[in-house]
Amino acid sequence: MALFTKSARQIKVLARDPVLLALIVVIFASVAIFVVYPLVKVLIASLQVRGTWTLETFSQLGQRRLYRNAIVNSLSVGALVGLLGVVIGYIAAFVLTRLDVPGRRILHYLTLLPIISPPFVSAVSILFLFGFNGVITKQVLGLQDFSIYGFHGVVLSQVLTFAPIAYLSLRGVLSSINPVLEDAALNVGASGWQAFWKVTFPLSLPGVASAFLIVFIESMSDFGNPLVLAGAAFPMLAPQAYLEITGSFNLSRGAMLAVVLLIPSLTAFAIQRYYLGKRQYVTVTGKPSASASRIVSPGVKWSLYALVVLFAAVVTLFYGVIVIGAFTRVWGFDYAPTLAHFAYVFDVGFDAVTDTLIIALITTPLSGVLGMVVAFLIVRQRFPGHDLLEFGAILSFAVPGTVVGIGYILAFNSPPFVLTGTLTILVLCFVFRYVPVGIQSGVAVLRQIDPSIEEAARNLGAGSVTTFRKVTLPLIAPAFFTGLVYAFVRAMTAISAAIFLVSANWNLMTVQILNQVGSGRLGVAAAYSLVVIGIVLVAIVIIQTGVARMTRHSVSVKV
Amino acid sequence: MTESVRIQNLVKAFDNPDKTAKPVLAVDTVSLDIKPGELVTLLGPSGCGKTTLLRMVAGFEEPTAGEIYFGDRHMNNVPPNRRDATMVFQSYAIFPHLSIFENVAFGLRLKSLKTAALEKRVTDVLDMVGLSGMANRSPNQLSGGQQQRVALARAIVMEPRLLLFDEPLSNLDAKLRDQMRVEIRELQQRLGITSLYVTHDQIEAMSISDRIVIMRGGKVEQVGTPREIYAQPANRFVAEFIGRANFMSAKVVDQNTVSVAGTQLAVATPLEAAPGTDVTLLIRPEFITLSASEGMLAGSVKRVMFLGNLTEYLVEVPGTEPWLIELSGADSGIFAVGETVNLSLPAAALHVLME
Repeated sequence: MALFTKSARQIKVLARDPVLLALIVVIFASVAIFVVYPLVKVLIASLQVRGTWTLETFSQLGQRRLYRNAIVNSLSVGALVGLLGVVIGYIAAFVLTRLDVPGRRILHYLTLLPIISPPFVSAVSILFLFGFNGVITKQVLGLQDFSIYGFHGVVLSQVLTFAPIAYLSLRGVLSSINPVLEDAALNVGASGWQAFWKVTFPLSLPGVASAFLIVFIESMSDFGNPLVLAGAAFPMLAPQAYLEITGSFNLSRGAMLAVVLLIPSLTAFAIQRYYLGKRQYVTVTGKPSASASRIVSPGVKWSLYALVVLFAAVVTLFYGVIVIGAFTRVWGFDYAPTLAHFAYVFDVGFDAVTDTLIIALITTPLSGVLGMVVAFLIVRQRFPGHDLLEFGAILSFAVPGTVVGIGYILAFNSPPFVLTGTLTILVLCFVFRYVPVGIQSGVAVLRQIDPSIEEAARNLGAGSVTTFRKVTLPLIAPAFFTGLVYAFVRAMTAISAAIFLVSANWNLMTVQILNQVGSGRLGVAAAYSLVVIGIVLVAIVIIQTGVARMTRHSVSVKV
Repeated sequence: MTESVRIQNLVKAFDNPDKTAKPVLAVDTVSLDIKPGELVTLLGPSGCGKTTLLRMVAGFEEPTAGEIYFGDRHMNNVPPNRRDATMVFQSYAIFPHLSIFENVAFGLRLKSLKTAALEKRVTDVLDMVGLSGMANRSPNQLSGGQQQRVALARAIVMEPRLLLFDEPLSNLDAKLRDQMRVEIRELQQRLGITSLYVTHDQIEAMSISDRIVIMRGGKVEQVGTPREIYAQPANRFVAEFIGRANFMSAKVVDQNTVSVAGTQLAVATPLEAAPGTDVTLLIRPEFITLSASEGMLAGSVKRVMFLGNLTEYLVEVPGTEPWLIELSGADSGIFAVGETVNLSLPAAALHVLME
């Protein structure tokens, strides 16, 4: 009863601002259609065989060893990658935020590099280095029967791909723990170790758990690395679901595996968001304390530093190999330099480049603005279904791309929504899949901005749209930048959901890379990868300039 | 331009965090009339509902019940951006991404004013608040006091029907605060804009207001001019909130007399209460005089504090609470701790509270 009167009151207030009300309704509807509805379709498909309700597909889990193995393999890879990723990320974050060591800036960028690269870069590098014709395995060590395919290959590739995510998240956690706390521990007689284990580490523990779960989700959802490196003897959930649908045309089994894939991801997401989220000890005081940590001895300090340098060196090696591979005629046999791979990209495969660019260019502003609008609604507005909208809008962060892809082909292949094969379906998929990062950073920034600044704009006569455009958006520009860059990078590098949605008319570079890897043309794959990385770097610079222009304090009047 | 404001039975209920409990009434049935050009202050401790009341007038909070009128116009359903009641925010709420000029021009630009007219109005107002020459600065280059002036300029440049102040001086240091409150009062008088001003600082309220509204727990305790509130507080809460006071238990003797610890004291205002009624006698410490030889009550000095412009005494009189007495600089330093003194209590200084 009280709930209804409250909702009625909120709607009454909103009705005075029709633009805002319409916006909320439209966003609600789109989240329902493009995030929730496909998931429901996946669930329904997994529970139906030829139109009748049944648990038959799920009983396959018990009967077929292939599926059981896929579950065990995906979970164990996810757990190990999460663990290794957090260890590497923690060390890198600690060294680069708390210790006074040379080259911090360059090490920071090198550590982050894998985040912006297409999904196959590390897999292709691993094939270049450790494959049947790999430089290290064949040329250097002369191994004959070594196989990189399987557990170790996937783990290696994923650690390299996802440790930077753990690094980024732990960096934020560690840099906001005030070093004075460590000083206080030392001051009352703790040793360096004790100060770390009893103060710094416990304070960062929720962040550590959170980083582990994020990497775990990423690993479970990862499609590219397992597809290239798992091999037939090591089935994993995401590629297996894809193979069921594209290989065996068995929608209900694919959907069933998608549901199985969804469960651990959603569980991890729920823990990360609703349990750990409330246990972050980090406090933003607005007083950055840049003093270096005194709890490590020089020996420990330089050992940790060496580890970080080693990781950066590995990243450099992997990318160096891609560059060389892109200009090498036939890896393993003929190392003569050539531009043939690029010629192929810009000649035969150029459609994929333009398609990808068009899609990314449409997706980026839509996703960026949507993210900021939703963040604004979540933080600043009260309306019925507020929490539901927040959950729905960031839900897709935890949903593996494979599940989204299957959901989209199930949902948008038949009336009322026929979108398969179009540009629209790719754009919509990308917008709603990659908007959560923008939303979350928007929410984080907006929560730190005094609401009275926006009230002041309203008070001076600005309507809600004007207030958002002229005040809110410039104030949350850093989050807007994050949202735009993330959307662009992901649109350029997406594979797991997109692979279900591409068509003859609209193809993507990442799918091309996969095809080239599949047919053994690693040089072309490397060339494509370099083109993607190049475009992404250029785009980041352009976006940064644009956002900086937007926030520059405008002095348009000479007095 | 300037406008009267009528607030009728205004209520604001917030949901209790404990869902089963009753809603919290932040503002509980408040009525208030503000005359055109008047500056009315809402004064009370934190949590008394004064800011919520102000925010309802600004349109940032939705009244649960009750009406708000500007002149004859019913305002409840007017969105905040159409109220023409500009506000000076406690945090100043300066737009950090805009220059000082653009901050002040923000509202005028939304009215699509001609550039020349806009520039003139902004420049004039910046002159008025003493910020000429700073138009092109960025907000983070300004001191707290200067930011305060920007917030003020941004509000008055709109020539609003009503000016709202939400504890505008609470972030300034004491000296600047004294200076700014004089400036705000002078500006408000010069422009003649009806103003509603929220503060928890009684000196601020006393010094700038035409009338003061004392609030507690969402309710109005008393409305009156600063003089009325000080001299005839409606109850002990108001008396304690405004200035300092001695509260003594007393009994009504007759229409013109009360007794305190057996001593009969004459009061100036005739009493309505029946003889024998228990009342509280309120005496401001600066109205009491001390003498070594003659007075109405005798006591001994317990504490002396020399404060420069005055000296503060704590005197113990048998059968009563200790008395606080302030003697101005001229008479200071006459009595020492332990000395016996006599208190004189002029009839006009005795205010009887029926509680």
